[in-house]
Amino acid sequence: MTYRLGIDVGGTNTDAVILDKDNKPVAKIKVATTEDITTGILNALDGVLREASISLDEIEYAMLGTTHCTNAIVERRNLARVGIIRIGRPATLSIKPLISWPDDLVSAIGGHSFILQGGHEFDGRELAPLDEEELRRIVKELKEKKVESVAISAVFSPVNNEHELRAAEIVREVLGDVPISLSHEIGSIGLLERENAAVLNAAVVKVAKTAVKSFESALREKGIEAQVYITQNDGTLMSAEYALKYPVLTIASGPANSLRGGAFLSGLKNAIVVDVGGTTTDIGVLVNGFPRESSVAVEIGGVRTNFRMPDLISIGLGGGSLVEFVDGKVRVGPKSVGYRLEKEALVFGGDKLTATDIAVHLGRAKLGDPSKLSGLDRSLAEKAADKMKTMVEDAIDRMKTNPDPVPVILVGGGSILLPGELRGASQVIRPPHFEVANAIGAAIAQVSGEIDRVFSLEERGREDVLREAKEIAIQEAIKAGADPRTVEIVDVEEVPLAYLPGNAIRIRVKAAGYLKI
Amino acid sequence: MTSYHGGCSVRSLDKEAIENLAVGAAILGTGGGGDPYLGKLTAIQALEEGYEINIVDIKDVPNDALVIPSAGMGSPTVIVEKLPRGTEIINAFKALSEYLGMEVYATMPIEAGGLNSTFPLAVGAKMGVPIVDADGMGRAFPELQMTTFHINGVTVTPMALADERDNIVLLKTCDNYWAEWIARDITVRFGGTAWIALYPMTGKELKKAAIPGTLGLAERLGRAIRDAKERRENPIEAVLEASNGFELFKGKIIDVERKTTGGFARGEIRIEGIEEYKGQSLVVHFQNENLVAIKDGKVIASVPDLITLLDLETAVPITTESVKYGYRCFVIGMPCSEMWRSEKGLEVAGPKYFGYDVEYKPIEKIVGEFE
Repeated sequence: MTYRLGIDVGGTNTDAVILDKDNKPVAKIKVATTEDITTGILNALDGVLREASISLDEIEYAMLGTTHCTNAIVERRNLARVGIIRIGRPATLSIKPLISWPDDLVSAIGGHSFILQGGHEFDGRELAPLDEEELRRIVKELKEKKVESVAISAVFSPVNNEHELRAAEIVREVLGDVPISLSHEIGSIGLLERENAAVLNAAVVKVAKTAVKSFESALREKGIEAQVYITQNDGTLMSAEYALKYPVLTIASGPANSLRGGAFLSGLKNAIVVDVGGTTTDIGVLVNGFPRESSVAVEIGGVRTNFRMPDLISIGLGGGSLVEFVDGKVRVGPKSVGYRLEKEALVFGGDKLTATDIAVHLGRAKLGDPSKLSGLDRSLAEKAADKMKTMVEDAIDRMKTNPDPVPVILVGGGSILLPGELRGASQVIRPPHFEVANAIGAAIAQVSGEIDRVFSLEERGREDVLREAKEIAIQEAIKAGADPRTVEIVDVEEVPLAYLPGNAIRIRVKAAGYLKI
Repeated sequence: MTSYHGGCSVRSLDKEAIENLAVGAAILGTGGGGDPYLGKLTAIQALEEGYEINIVDIKDVPNDALVIPSAGMGSPTVIVEKLPRGTEIINAFKALSEYLGMEVYATMPIEAGGLNSTFPLAVGAKMGVPIVDADGMGRAFPELQMTTFHINGVTVTPMALADERDNIVLLKTCDNYWAEWIARDITVRFGGTAWIALYPMTGKELKKAAIPGTLGLAERLGRAIRDAKERRENPIEAVLEASNGFELFKGKIIDVERKTTGGFARGEIRIEGIEEYKGQSLVVHFQNENLVAIKDGKVIASVPDLITLLDLETAVPITTESVKYGYRCFVIGMPCSEMWRSEKGLEVAGPKYFGYDVEYKPIEKIVGEFE
């Protein structure tokens, strides 16, 4: 028998599961997330291994979804000193790199940036030749400044990546084995947002390395020789090696795992997934089994970026949300006791009225000691429950594209707060193992490959261009470890570029398949 | 610098004022016009480099002074990718003032709403000239001739177009429609964007043809929202007070329909009333911008008056590109400049120009009838 291990680190809890080769959970556990994250992962690993009576060498794959990088950016901790090289001179000088960044984040990464001659036009012709001599001088300066990571962006690199690639070669010649983040591999059209994404990526390479290495060594210590994968924002996997290169792609992997887990556990490919945690509820949409992506710029740690993130609404409602009654009105969240729920909630002997207490009082959940809630007025509790229901219903409605009812899948430990019927839902599904859907989503995740590039239709037909794009995406998925027999195209998007001649079209294709077992 | 526009009083903008102005400019964009974000960043960088951004009141501009508005034109996709060098418009200015044989006294935006509202700030700063607190639209519109300059007989050309490589084109055309037509082609040769100096005019012409006080209005709108949020008050009230605007509706978007007919991208936003508007419905017709609002079958606002959708909680304007089912919003209407309400003004930018069979009526009159 072969098994796979899935671990997902959330804001409040770290969850782990072990699935057999038919994807059936044989063990699951929930432990508190720790401040250093890694300890929580180790605790979850210990717990789930204790529960599963399997031989450790049967665990073939280990998937990790983690918030290491997200936390590092938000808390400005453990970030690398980044050398930022933008290729675009003579254009772009009026808006330098980092100009829109919060000051504390700039100082956390050192703020060394340069604008170099080069880049391309929208149709792929050169804006200006790459100034290699100047680049060598810049890289020497970066060496003296002891930068730990380099980010390179170039004007219209999604159309023509030559200058970014050549610049990377030269950086490597001078700096040796330094991590290099190329903007065209991370973001899409929109120089500032793509550059920001590349710089954030460069800033979290150290954190990612620590996270991946400590996960790998923990597994080794237990005698598990599994292949390690890290989950990313679109709900698919990256190899550990790839994750070290593109760590910023893990930023929204938690919600993406919940969405994929919800799809797997319910068997539905098109639905809304409501993931209720300890402090917040994330609401996302499944389209053909994958998270719907956000179409607008996403801010991370106060920085605008444009790489692909799941389209989510996050509301301040969770199992630990504080419930208050003020002037006859009920307020739920956004303040929460978070991971201290089992100490501070009334039902656990604490002195704070939380959303969980309401759920227990109304008989929706069996937890702690319900007698501790005898003083709670039933009509007030119902008012609070109504409020929670409305909060979720309104958010569900905002995620829809039309008023038709859709299936709603409830996952996450906090989903016990919610009733079995919701406005706008054709059905409300609470699948088995809902409380660890995120870890299951990590464990069952597929590997993917994608392409996002601008093509000219001047000399080639659309069909021909699409075929090439799809083939590249499929090859990328196989390169990442997918079984060629299971690889499918899961997403195709075409965007004609407005106001431009030459029939320029931007094509994004994603392919995904299962790991070879 | 002071000797250059000596005697008149100018007001300097700091970073916070620029942020406010950009927020207000997005509201005046009436759902279109592009994001004032990039221009805001050029202005903030100019400040950080030690330049000053000075705003001059329209009445303080001498009658014989030369004022040249500045703007970017072209594909939004290219503007966000190939950011300006910063010297393009300055080159265009120099070429144009050389051609005219006069020094430039000040610059200004052609539109107070959207993308082009904020770019002239850095241009003025780097040229050492003030920016006139005025514009030619009082909002955002999609074409070069849709300005109060045009309806008052000021010509788009002579204009200068420049790119980041120091290419400069001087253009003189027989009328303003030809200027729009030819300039679009040059823009493509430049690589999709051109930075332009256009509608040169004297202080005297300016006072007749421009809409005064619109930068100040944008700034006040932005500040009103910021202050209201800090005081945890409803920002909508503050917006309405600052703009002499009207709350037209409050509701939830239940449908957005987009279609292309006769080469025009048109759309309709259907909004279902909530709270005191429960049971009522509103339809907003849009192209790039919001153009006509119809409440329960009756027109309650139409272009050139301003119609903007604001997010119910954050008061952030909702653009016609991003609008979708499920948003909860306020719909507000603001009166346009009186110049747009003339026969010539309505011919250039009234509902009929955009293809709607609607007789324009000033918003304050319609709202009065409703009440």
